[in-house]
Amino acid sequence: MLNTFWMILKRDLKLALRRRSEVFTVLFFFIIVVSLFPLGVGFNEKMLQEIAPGVAWIAALLASMLALERLFANDYVDGTLEQMLLTPQPLSILVFAKMTAHWLLTGLPLVLVAPVVGVLYHLEAETVITMMLMLLLGTPVLSMIGAIGAALTLGLRGGGVLISLLILPLYIPVLVYGSGAIAESRLQSGNIEPHILLLSAFLLLSLIFSPWATASALKISLE
Amino acid sequence: MTFSWFKYAAPINFYPLAGKVIPLFWFLAITLTSFGLYWGFFQTPDVLSDQKQYYRIIFVHVAASWMGMWLYAMMVFWGLVGLVFNTRLSFMMAKATSTTGALMAFIALISGAVWGKVSWGTWWDWDPRLTMSLILMFLYIGYIALHSAIDNSRRADKAAAVLSLVGLAIVPVIYYSVNCPNPNECSSLHQESSFKGVESNILLGMLITALGFWMYSFATILMRVRNIILEREINTKWVSEL
Repeated sequence: MLNTFWMILKRDLKLALRRRSEVFTVLFFFIIVVSLFPLGVGFNEKMLQEIAPGVAWIAALLASMLALERLFANDYVDGTLEQMLLTPQPLSILVFAKMTAHWLLTGLPLVLVAPVVGVLYHLEAETVITMMLMLLLGTPVLSMIGAIGAALTLGLRGGGVLISLLILPLYIPVLVYGSGAIAESRLQSGNIEPHILLLSAFLLLSLIFSPWATASALKISLE
Repeated sequence: MTFSWFKYAAPINFYPLAGKVIPLFWFLAITLTSFGLYWGFFQTPDVLSDQKQYYRIIFVHVAASWMGMWLYAMMVFWGLVGLVFNTRLSFMMAKATSTTGALMAFIALISGAVWGKVSWGTWWDWDPRLTMSLILMFLYIGYIALHSAIDNSRRADKAAAVLSLVGLAIVPVIYYSVNCPNPNECSSLHQESSFKGVESNILLGMLITALGFWMYSFATILMRVRNIILEREINTKWVSEL
């Protein structure tokens, strides 16, 4: 089972690295959205610091959602996905490997690029570290919940916009605690431990349930 | 005589049954709602704690909010039954429920906004319960959007059922996160929901109206199910003989 996991993971990563531009598209989408906000709301340093947590997370939600369509689409078009469904290996393992690859390609880069947000929004180093930590905990959840939506809308016309309708409301807890913790870390007496614990709990829950839910959604879509 | 649990799971048997009970539900809906509203408007005190006449929007608002939540649960239930037993009719029930549910959630939001305008002085406030009903509305919209985006009705039914299940699984987490955005100082600003201390006439009006809304929901859901049955079974013999 672990072998299958590694195989799919390596395969997906290799395929993605052959088309590196796709990884960078998501990354630059994130950076562009984040840098557009000050142009829209003004350059007041205090206000920028205040809205930074929310802006960073909203940009992260949108960026990770935009990349969702590709999660299964290519394999679906060339028939690989159907073959995967026929293999004796449990589908949830295959799906989990694909989610992991997706996160490594779209979630992890966002974590690494978070200091840019810090520079653009005049954040202190400590806040930036919290932001990276929360993104590290939260972006896997985005990939995993998003995978369910991607599986449900597989091959549909206008799937991209549809995914956002289905998935964005389900992202709310990540948004609330992710940005809540960053805002909290700016306070003198701020304590971000509860945020971290709650977000980790949500991460664990999605680890357990989402591969399974995604697998059954895929089976429905490919029936 | 053996009783078959699945007899009315067949659209051919359910269609006439639904047709027979729909007038009954309409009758109950109209009687109960008008009685509840009459009682609420004329047999209750003019003032509720610090609120004057305008508090009477509560009779519509509470009934609609309850229905909005209940119907979501009912929709998930029918979807689940459909996924487990693979019965076509359950999916049709889920689909029919979604529209009425979305309508109720919408009425709850609008009546809440109007009430908020007179009592709090604002159409909208980001308090947990308002946010939650907005999110409920989004969940309904997601369900309806997914269902209508898929042409194959079998896949649409199942996919939408899975979506509603996932939604229900995450709702408690959303509820918690909305109610308690900062876990360090977790106290909801919103007034506690309580029936204690509510004048019994107000309570009576509220409950009866809510029952009337239930009956209305049943009636419209069954009517919609009948339409869906006709649409999907159009090529069968019994439909052409109707």
